[in-house]
Amino acid sequence: MTAEPRSANLTPVNFLTGFLGSGKTTLLQRLLADPAMANAAVLINEFGEVGLDHHLLDRIDDNVVLLKSGCLCCTVRGEVADALQKLDSQRGRGEIPWFDRVVIETTGLADPFPALSTIQSHPVLRSHFAIANVVVTVDAVNGSRQIDERLEAVRQVGAADVIVITKTDMSEAADTDALLEKLNRLNPSARRVIAQEASADDFLVDASAERSEEWLSEALSLSEEFAAPVHHHHHEEEGNHGHAHSSVRSFSMVIEERIDWTGFGMWLTMLLNRHGDRVFRVKGILDIEGEERPVAIHGVQRLVHPPVHMSAWPDRRRQSRIVFIVDGLDPARIEESFHVFNRLSEKVLAQGGTLPLRRAS
Amino acid sequence: MCSLCGVLGCDDHWTSAIARPGIYTRNTDRLARRREAANRIRLANALLEPSRLKIAEWQGASYVLSSPTGRTQVFESLAHLWPEVEAMTARALDPLDPDFLERLKQRIEAAP
Repeated sequence: MTAEPRSANLTPVNFLTGFLGSGKTTLLQRLLADPAMANAAVLINEFGEVGLDHHLLDRIDDNVVLLKSGCLCCTVRGEVADALQKLDSQRGRGEIPWFDRVVIETTGLADPFPALSTIQSHPVLRSHFAIANVVVTVDAVNGSRQIDERLEAVRQVGAADVIVITKTDMSEAADTDALLEKLNRLNPSARRVIAQEASADDFLVDASAERSEEWLSEALSLSEEFAAPVHHHHHEEEGNHGHAHSSVRSFSMVIEERIDWTGFGMWLTMLLNRHGDRVFRVKGILDIEGEERPVAIHGVQRLVHPPVHMSAWPDRRRQSRIVFIVDGLDPARIEESFHVFNRLSEKVLAQGGTLPLRRAS
Repeated sequence: MCSLCGVLGCDDHWTSAIARPGIYTRNTDRLARRREAANRIRLANALLEPSRLKIAEWQGASYVLSSPTGRTQVFESLAHLWPEVEAMTARALDPLDPDFLERLKQRIEAAP
């Protein structure tokens, strides 16, 4: 695929999230033992007064920055930014060992979105760091119940590029198939990995839009397997009243006509402006009017990664496909809205006459 | 940014961050870039008709949103457009709102 100048020299940042007690730190310890992670700096978020996680991770003390106060959801965004900036300048001055990757472990109660958005929108950070992926741990013993009961857990799963299922070796491990099915419904585009069978490479998958080609085609084929088509009624479980995820669903939108980029941009920004906190994930490939190659888009809540051109259509079908994970939004309405915007932009921009500039030659 | 004309190549929004003719950032084709920016303004104005607001580009560097009563608001990035619109009209602008979509459909029908 085409080399995008901006991706050069950006340090990848992996986010590790997951509900309290789901095995984030255990996973991190295992990962850090892998040679591929030898040059990773680690930022840990401390929850509560005792920096327990930090003590468990004494091996990497040189590069660990402990985020001081409790919750990484909103108040500590500044701390993430400060910590990353500090790491970067210390690295530049040679005060700490060189690192080529940063891993941020968030608290189990955090929605990862604010931290993601900090990296992408911070005027300094975005020239030095790029989000590589979001890894979420879900434990086979409690995960299913946490997803049912806690919206944080649902949001974490929704934001994930990689879902690591932990504790499958424990005797209490619930029916893994049922958990997998639940995860597939919540986030069909994420890669699923069983912690015991995984190697570091499984976690280092770069999901950033810059290098998302293979990643995306894999995700899309999975999505088609699992995501319900738009008009298909969401499968309701029995007795799920009050469940945190009962209104969360994924669906895929297949668009036959070619997409006007200007209209698409207006549509998605307006949609995310109003409903961003209910759109956990947008991922897709677009057949853009006037373009030969597909364009990949990738967003988490209100954050949209810079779109990229892919070198070719993943399965030779030239067709726009977008996977959404939404909370309580009507897929049919979203699809209708898209078509109205697309038709409007075709009409408005085709009127011509007022095109202000024409090429001189 | 050109200090004489104030034309900034990129307002850093994701819609501008794709390498194709007219979508800026890494695109050096000035005319195509301006044309794309002008298209965006035209489409934004069509979308703003139901709210009776208008948006204009100012010196290629900022945007000016104005209301029928003469209120104006200047902002620098298209990322701020919808929040500014909502602030000015004190109403939520919802692309999923059936009434809003109906107005847009009428606009499509009315177009030649």
